[in-house]
Amino acid sequence: MNIINLLKIALKALSNNKMRCFLTMLGIIIGVASVISMLAIGQGSKQSIKSSIAEMGSNMIMIMPGTQERGGVRQSGESQQTLKPIDFNTIKENTTKIQALSPTVNSSGQFINGANNYPSTVFGVNQDYLEIRKLTVEDGAMFSDRDILTATKVCIVGKTVTDNLFPDGESPIGKIIRFNKIPFTIVGTLKSKGYNSMGKDQDDVVLAPYTTVMKRILAIDYIQGIYASAITEDMTDDAITEITQLLRKNHKLKDEAEDDFTIRSQKELSSMMSSTSDMMTMLLACIAGISLLVGGIGIMNIMYVSVTERTREIGLRMSIGARGKDILSQFLIEAVIISVTGGIIGVILGAGSAFIIKFALNWPVIIEMYSVLLSFAVCTVTGIFFGWYPAKKASKLDPIEAIRYE
Amino acid sequence: MAKEIIKIDSLRRNFTVGSEVVHALRNISFTINEGEFVTIMGTSGSGKSTLLNTLGCLDTPTSGDYYLDGISVKSMGNNERARMRNRKIGFIFQSYNLLPKTTAIENVELPLLYNSDVSAKEREQKAKAALEAVELGDRLYHKSNQMSGGQQQRVAIARALVNDPVIILADEATGNLDTRTAFSILILLQNLYKKGKTIIFVTHNPDLAKYSSRNIVLRDGKIISDEKNSQISSAEDTYKSLPIIND
Ligand SMILES: Nc1ncnc2c1ncn2[C@@H]1O[C@H](COP(=O)(O)OP(=O)(O)O)[C@@H](O)[C@H]1O
Ligand SMILES: [Mg+2]
Repeated sequence: MNIINLLKIALKALSNNKMRCFLTMLGIIIGVASVISMLAIGQGSKQSIKSSIAEMGSNMIMIMPGTQERGGVRQSGESQQTLKPIDFNTIKENTTKIQALSPTVNSSGQFINGANNYPSTVFGVNQDYLEIRKLTVEDGAMFSDRDILTATKVCIVGKTVTDNLFPDGESPIGKIIRFNKIPFTIVGTLKSKGYNSMGKDQDDVVLAPYTTVMKRILAIDYIQGIYASAITEDMTDDAITEITQLLRKNHKLKDEAEDDFTIRSQKELSSMMSSTSDMMTMLLACIAGISLLVGGIGIMNIMYVSVTERTREIGLRMSIGARGKDILSQFLIEAVIISVTGGIIGVILGAGSAFIIKFALNWPVIIEMYSVLLSFAVCTVTGIFFGWYPAKKASKLDPIEAIRYE
Repeated sequence: MAKEIIKIDSLRRNFTVGSEVVHALRNISFTINEGEFVTIMGTSGSGKSTLLNTLGCLDTPTSGDYYLDGISVKSMGNNERARMRNRKIGFIFQSYNLLPKTTAIENVELPLLYNSDVSAKEREQKAKAALEAVELGDRLYHKSNQMSGGQQQRVAIARALVNDPVIILADEATGNLDTRTAFSILILLQNLYKKGKTIIFVTHNPDLAKYSSRNIVLRDGKIISDEKNSQISSAEDTYKSLPIIND
């Protein structure tokens, strides 16, 4: 029996029963479409989390005061003051694994330029901060070591702040703005980075020498954190070990004492976030997989009924020379055609709805080739698997009984 | 000497229904030669269909020998018997058994689809030729449900002819048709007979005996008479003498 003839027979039988064929397909279509769109949403959100972490900085390491937070218990003010400028200096002088290092202190408040005001945050940092956070000065220049040494009241402003304080579009360079009544001279502007993929405005920022923020705004002698950039991503863990040793020594901590600081890395954050989004993707895929299974059972159900319905047809085919295995092949091919066609329609529909979601809801979606191949393979296997039993039943019919069947 | 197409010897077929055994065929033996037009008659339940199903390799006898075209069918498996049905036998049923929503030519091509030796081109040619032989050359693409009973039965006959079988088996082929249409089918079978085809025609209607070359009568699974008929009546003459009913 040749395969082309069998295909012809199966196609003809299917086209004689378009409605049944369509209803059988419906389950597969819905199943595959939901697998594709769910995976697309999962992959898209994973990608966007990844890229928003990547755009946070380069191989970033964040050192914060205080022990690791446990169970959300607020720590006392004292324990938040464990990092001092001396710690920053120690790391800077001794490190071998870090290429950029900046202290950070920040303060939120109202910026005023004449009649315009705008609430934002001033970050006290050094020059390395630009490299760590992947920022670029567009106009003007970054403040200097001298500015840091003397705690000069200068600042660099982000685009959102500029736009709000200088709505007429004049150049802010050299202008003086006030923050908590303290006048700051703008020496530069930051190149716009726009919103990150989590929807946060990265241009809503003002940078000033950390010494200025410490002494002139906050009047504190400690720093709120240290940002560092490992030379390569792979060096991140070694760099953390190095920093930990330096800080413990600086803080004279005994061997059994806990760290009085916390170190987080971009790498850790990124793997944590991507495992969360992997779990979400898995969950979505499971839900979609269940609907594919239901689709498969639909195939089995309708094929099973149609074997009974088509008993006479089977009997006739046998009486003119179809063997059991020809009938088996016909029914299997029918099941596979139904599920593969359903699969193709499902892929198109799934991709379509993913794009609708992308444009209507502005969600990030990514359709990966593997999800298409996967759902395709699954629906073919479903067709064969769920088509097998009814097909086997059909092929076992006795020709005389079948042809007499009313 | 004429070629033996069918030879059966001491054929028995028992059905077990519950604890009872029904003897549908009891010790039947005969030989049918090439070119014979045999009518098998008998009352309902006399075993005609069982006999024909056995001859058609659809059913296996409980005991006895069966040679079709010189080949012993007795020891054949299901697949080999399917092949015999496909290559050697043309079956015509009382209820036509055409595929619904399918054109005449597709119905006729069907047996050849199960024969991989026949190419697509040959298949179409043979199907057309068979439909022309039953005078349906102008209805190739009519669907089975758009045709009258007589036309459907003619498609079924074309389907039985298309694989050029050694024997045509018809089980009550005119049973569902009105008298005129029944005779038009009979004319067709007589024409095939004249062309040398071997035909077995099963009917419960004794009036149809005179149109064939040999009559076998069954009763309770046994042959009670087996006679040659040298005075074959023309079905065409009878057809012409029938009153035409216009309704
Ligand atoms: N599958 C079967 N199971 C049991 N009994 C059967 C079966 N087929 C036929 N018979 C019995 O065999 C006898 C002959 O039946 P059949 O060959 O159909 O007769 P006919 O075609 O002459 O009317 C009947 O008594 C019938 O009841
Ligand atoms: Mg009968």
